[in-house]
Amino acid sequence: MLAFNFFGATEGGLFDINATLPLMAIQVVALTYILNSLFFKPVGNVVEKREKFVSTNIIEAKNKLSEVKKLEAELLTQLQSARAEAQRIVSEAENESDKLYKEALELANNEANASKEKARLEIESQTSAARDQLSKQADDLSELIVNRLILEK
Amino acid sequence: MLTNFAALEVGQHLYWQIGNIRLHGQVFLTSWILLGALLVFISLGTKKMENDPKGLQNLLEFLWDYIRDLARTQIGEKVYRDWMPFIGTLFLFVFVSNWGGALIPWRLIKLPSGELGAPTADINTTIALALLVSLSYFYAGLSNKGWRYFEYYVHPTPIMLPFKILEDFTKPLSLSFRLFGNILADELVVGVLVFLVPLILPIPVMFLGLFTSAIQALIFATLAAYYIGEAVEEHH
Repeated sequence: MLAFNFFGATEGGLFDINATLPLMAIQVVALTYILNSLFFKPVGNVVEKREKFVSTNIIEAKNKLSEVKKLEAELLTQLQSARAEAQRIVSEAENESDKLYKEALELANNEANASKEKARLEIESQTSAARDQLSKQADDLSELIVNRLILEK
Repeated sequence: MLTNFAALEVGQHLYWQIGNIRLHGQVFLTSWILLGALLVFISLGTKKMENDPKGLQNLLEFLWDYIRDLARTQIGEKVYRDWMPFIGTLFLFVFVSNWGGALIPWRLIKLPSGELGAPTADINTTIALALLVSLSYFYAGLSNKGWRYFEYYVHPTPIMLPFKILEDFTKPLSLSFRLFGNILADELVVGVLVFLVPLILPIPVMFLGLFTSAIQALIFATLAAYYIGEAVEEHH
């Protein structure tokens, strides 16, 4: 024991307060500075950098998402207007073709009527001509008969 | 013989004499070993910091985040940054001391007098920590609010003045004795149980001791942060 006067005699008790107290306080303060430069600062830098990175990325993604939604809505309205336009063109074309068909039909009808009328007139005129000729021939014949009867008498 | 094997050495210290001053050597020995281990652990974890944390760095970041949350909730958004290293150091120091005292079989190392154990089971350590907390909250209050800090003493009504002054004494007292008492009591309980029933039975108590140790570290750091937060809080 005496060889180690480093290890002193035993005394004290549970509440033996001595220079351990201020030295321990100094040790803890020193530890605070050491841990600050060794642990809190570097880890804090890394964590906060990452948090910043993540939050800016989230904001960016949100912006992009809203942009996408805007574009989507725009495209949707474009699509709808295109659809309406197509509908309009189709119905227009239908109307047009309907009209053309009706016109053509009317024209054909008219033409047919006209040629029918013409044929009828022709038939009529030919009929009357034939009738005229027939009555004329009948007249001639009756005259001939009459003459012959007269002559034979 | 048996009493020698598991003797309870309460209030015995390994004295170091340096000039006129006397120190409790066992406290410094264990604290140097434990803090050395802590610093090695932290240096290993922060040696190669990556944006994509792996292994030890992950654990240290979790710890950092935990301490930040503690400091931020107690001290407030405005000044918690200044005090986070101090709160974190208190937490780590108390935690490492408590757990190191409970986990490492110090008794296997024979000392001429006294025995190695948790540094926080020595009243000097806990009073040192508690006084540092007192100084910190005074400093925090005065540096943040100047002389307006003393408005805190008459805050809701001047009737509170004696109680608030009394609080300045009870705060370090309760901080130091709570930690000291819990850790010492845990060591004593484990010591007594090991002395009486050296097998199995002390194990649940040892686990309870680990739990208490962690809780005490958290309580100490939280209260320290709360006192600082109370000092810097703006009253309206």
